[in-house]
Amino acid sequence: MGWEFDLDKPLYLQIVENIKLKIINGEYPAGERLPSVRELAAEASVNPNTMQKALAELERAGLVYSQRTSGRFITDNTLLLKNLRYQSAQQHIEDFIAHMQQLGISPPQALEMLAAKVQEV
Amino acid sequence: MEEIILECSGLCKSYGHKTALNGISLKLPAGKIIGLLGPNGSGKTTLLKLINGLLTPTAGSLLIGGNPPGRETKKIVSYLPERTYLVDSWRVREAMRFFADFYADFDLARAEEMLRSLNIDSQARLKTLSKGNKEKVQLILVMSRQARLYCLDEPIAGVDPAARDYILRTIINNYNPEASVLISTHLITDIEPVLDEAIFLKDGEVVLHQSVDDLRFQNQMSVDALFREVFRC
Repeated sequence: MGWEFDLDKPLYLQIVENIKLKIINGEYPAGERLPSVRELAAEASVNPNTMQKALAELERAGLVYSQRTSGRFITDNTLLLKNLRYQSAQQHIEDFIAHMQQLGISPPQALEMLAAKVQEV
Repeated sequence: MEEIILECSGLCKSYGHKTALNGISLKLPAGKIIGLLGPNGSGKTTLLKLINGLLTPTAGSLLIGGNPPGRETKKIVSYLPERTYLVDSWRVREAMRFFADFYADFDLARAEEMLRSLNIDSQARLKTLSKGNKEKVQLILVMSRQARLYCLDEPIAGVDPAARDYILRTIINNYNPEASVLISTHLITDIEPVLDEAIFLKDGEVVLHQSVDDLRFQNQMSVDALFREVFRC
């Protein structure tokens, strides 16, 4: 049930990452209304206070904003979303390089393997 | 400032020369879901019985919404005891009516909807239900009240995992910023994601009372893992 969590880490941070991803990949489209705290809490099977905390964090980061009566909305700042996607991609690339180095594969070798794989796909 | 729904200080309970609770001091705010966690015999049920006026304290004080346990507090506390007290020969529907008569805050429509979701026949007699289904009926009764404090003593121990999920979802959907839910259990993994705060009881004393996310952050481990460490046998 609910979203997958690693219970060793604060849940609200994992919720923040999860929602960020959904904003980046357009599951929650820019400018659209976000589901209510209660709906999101039920979907994720977490406490509404925890969800509230995560949304407050996303608000602070400028990814969502509240409108007094009608709820929370995803930012329509496309530049911010682009940046976020870029940062997230950079993070994955760094992780990839680090993992390859752990396996004893140098960055140039890794790049070759990656290029070959991309060709296949 | 956040409102305190339950406050106890120096709360003690002894059965003869056996001490069950040894000086418990707690403040529970409104709008939280709180896990009362501890191994068998740590005093969880004793605390819940004191809150519900089924036992009287040996020493110390206990206030619920500003009142000591009694008529006023029973109006705002909804209690799921560890054992059922419903008459076995009743039909489910009669139990519902009994609760509706007894408690002004009982929401019959809500109870009926939950019965339907869990596929429980309201015409069935309680004694014909399985142990798990009997527990579900009892929980539905308790959660269908619009109380300020819900005290659930081991609400998920006897039911299957699918019903467990349903019960946890019910607790989340029922969430109300004015009300708090106190859940005693030793099945921590199942309820962990739902909790705001955890209270660890050990030999009748509170050894920890903290927000679960702070606890995860500080210890880099889950509530369940910390529990296993604190209570290692």
